[in-house]
Amino acid sequence: MTTNGLSLPGPQNITRVELKNGIVVLCYENFTAQSIVVNGLINAGSVFDDDARAGLAVMTAGALMRGTQHRDFNAIHESLENIGADFGISAGAHKASFSGKALAEDLSVLIDILNDVVRYPTFPAQQVERLRGETITRLQYRHNDTRYRADRAFRENLYAPNHPYHRSRSGTLQTVPTLTVDDLQRFHRDHYGPQEMLLVIVGAVKAAEAVEIVRSRLEDWHNSAQQPAPPLPDMQRLTQTVRASITLPGKTQSDIVLGVAGPSRYASDFHAAQLANSILGQFGMMGRIGEIVRDDLGLAYYAYSSVEGGHGPGAWSVMAGVDPRNVELAVEHIKQQLQRLVSEPVSDEDIEDNKSYFTGHLPLQLENNEGLSSVILNMESYGLGLDYIQTYRDRIYRLTKDDLLHAAQNYLNPDALVIAVAGPN
Amino acid sequence: MNNVNRYVLNNGLTVLLKEVHSAPVISWWVLYRIGSRNERSGQTGISHWVEHMMFKGTELFPKRYLDKAIDREGGSWNAQTSLDYTAYYEVMPADRIELALRLEADRMLNAKFDPKEVDSERTVIISERQGNENSPLFWLSEEISAAAFRVHGYHHEIIGDLVDLQTMTRDDLYNHYKRHYVPNNAIAVAVGYFKTDEMLARIRELYEGIPAGQTPTLFSRPEPPQQGERRVKVERPGHTAFLEMSYRAPAATDPDWFKIALIDSVMSGPSGPGGGNIDNKTTRLYKALVESEIATSVYGNVLPSIDPYLYSITVTVRHGRTLQEAEDALNAQIERVRQGDITQAELDKAKKQARALLAYSTEGVTGQAFWLAFAENFESYKWFDDYLARLSAVTLDEVHDAAQRYLRPQNRTIGWLVPTGMDEAEMEEDDE
Repeated sequence: MTTNGLSLPGPQNITRVELKNGIVVLCYENFTAQSIVVNGLINAGSVFDDDARAGLAVMTAGALMRGTQHRDFNAIHESLENIGADFGISAGAHKASFSGKALAEDLSVLIDILNDVVRYPTFPAQQVERLRGETITRLQYRHNDTRYRADRAFRENLYAPNHPYHRSRSGTLQTVPTLTVDDLQRFHRDHYGPQEMLLVIVGAVKAAEAVEIVRSRLEDWHNSAQQPAPPLPDMQRLTQTVRASITLPGKTQSDIVLGVAGPSRYASDFHAAQLANSILGQFGMMGRIGEIVRDDLGLAYYAYSSVEGGHGPGAWSVMAGVDPRNVELAVEHIKQQLQRLVSEPVSDEDIEDNKSYFTGHLPLQLENNEGLSSVILNMESYGLGLDYIQTYRDRIYRLTKDDLLHAAQNYLNPDALVIAVAGPN
Repeated sequence: MNNVNRYVLNNGLTVLLKEVHSAPVISWWVLYRIGSRNERSGQTGISHWVEHMMFKGTELFPKRYLDKAIDREGGSWNAQTSLDYTAYYEVMPADRIELALRLEADRMLNAKFDPKEVDSERTVIISERQGNENSPLFWLSEEISAAAFRVHGYHHEIIGDLVDLQTMTRDDLYNHYKRHYVPNNAIAVAVGYFKTDEMLARIRELYEGIPAGQTPTLFSRPEPPQQGERRVKVERPGHTAFLEMSYRAPAATDPDWFKIALIDSVMSGPSGPGGGNIDNKTTRLYKALVESEIATSVYGNVLPSIDPYLYSITVTVRHGRTLQEAEDALNAQIERVRQGDITQAELDKAKKQARALLAYSTEGVTGQAFWLAFAENFESYKWFDDYLARLSAVTLDEVHDAAQRYLRPQNRTIGWLVPTGMDEAEMEEDDE
């Protein structure tokens, strides 16, 4: 498939190589700018945390760049900043992810740093303390942030205490002070390794050259202690609505998060749910919810919905920021839109518009190296196939109004939601 | 940036076109030379509110029609109101650009400003301001701007003062629109997958018939020289303290602007044209404030602006440390720079960083189109063209000289955000 004569990323122009130790490397050449982007995933997310050590995956990822057997903190960052490059690692729910950018001539510097920090970190005590202090300051700031608090309360009520999505990925003011250097070292030993590691390079470099740079640094990495991801506990469906309200003094706006557990990225009805969600709270300036809550009633500056997808049952949720006096009115109107979505098929116009939106929008996501690399990483990470972009149109146009209705009914129940609100009294 | 073609249509509309054939996408911008700097007391926030009203429909394209049409075509659209301009843009698949060209031509002339929509949008805008107010840094920034600019329009926030948002009328908004949204006060830019002659011909067809208006007289009051250090203190619930130190900075057209940008790069890290940046862990301020465990983050910002604006350094104070400690540590570093101890190696590093950041920001068509329009507004698109060359030409002596002249205590406003703590939040859970 081509658009305007330009070839979309696919098997014919993405180089995919599996190294002997299991690392999968994907390269896409793009010579329109002088830069390159590197990003990828390692199987070391916060699903490996436990309640007592909430925040461990995030803190371990954050500490990797604080010192290695070959470079101290300053040397790591001087290698990057002296050439205008950037590189960072953070931990998500399931995976640690890394991303970097540099002038194409400096690709090997990025890969050297990646190799050094994921394989040879030393977790210097002083640096870990510094990072801990920064984390505590950030947690204290978030404690006073209405959007963050509403989102946290939403997840704590949506996912059972034994589910990793229940926990704060960054940890809490109780757990972060207790994490030790030993904990970080153990986490690194048990979870950082080449198994299931993905690495994508996009930019002004020949693919063969890029693969060799990666191979020469990372192919000899082995870690027999690396553990597979634990299975997620089964989700219990909500049977009634649960509300959580958080009072934060001095605020002038209330933030609302409401919703349910939605489909994973692997679910067969993921695209149907995405399309239904677009009609609900995205398409044409925030969909039906935006039309009612923002446009007609003028209740909110933002009001939209999202389906997270991901490796597990991410949230299908609606977010809005409203005047505290209008919280109940906004919630009522949002629930009405959920009810409508689960009780009647969308119109022909709605589904056609949204199919056109989803497929037409694709080139915009491929406009720069970061967009390209993130799309390619997703394709590999979720096993979508290298022809995913090229077959995307068919997948979307195959969907029917019934598919959307069933997807909405499969997840959304307007009478069994978590509704979390954070704001002033 | 090479290969930019500039035209001025018969009605005064400036048009910049640049072909980029890397992706089948076109970014289309229309920028009006009116921003919050030109707003009078009583009408603060009017540029931003008018921007919102531009999405409320015309006779040809009723409200919401375009929201859906743009999405249906696979595009995206938005707008931004800044200190110095109000800009509208669409990013479209290249073969769907026609809609964007038509809609901007239409709403340059025909936006409705239905009184009912004005009322409904009033609450949306107030809600936007309330959302900002939930962040302590918004309050600090508002107080610092108000203290740093006593006379100039940069003294109020772009969103406007609450009282003005409550009292402005539909006619105020409509008059603002009619006065400033004329082709001779606008810059139109296309970057992407097109042929220049075809694009120019279509732009002429759609835009040249829009009559020129009277060249707007812009409300602008130059700020008198500052007569000594100014200080503000904001107290808000919370646990995190912030320090902001803002120096009067040169306008983007002043050769000194490039010197301050390089000083910022050495002090707190580079900012790329187009907003990109990289980490700043090897900068002087990171070492002095974060590595010393007084702060958890520090960043600087010097915006290219039409009139002299601010070079601001913002510090998040680490839990258990004080604002005074942060201010003392920051002062010590600024004093070093004023004494002239930036080295040639640091300057060379800043220049290499600028080259990388420019490459990042020109990967996509949207960033390029934005920068052409933005630079044309305060000087010429060539400002962006010459950006690297002008940075490269700055010498170490010039940097030392600029540091001495601009980073004087008498030239700054210092703001403290003092957290007053918080009653432990009460969390109630009720089953419905």
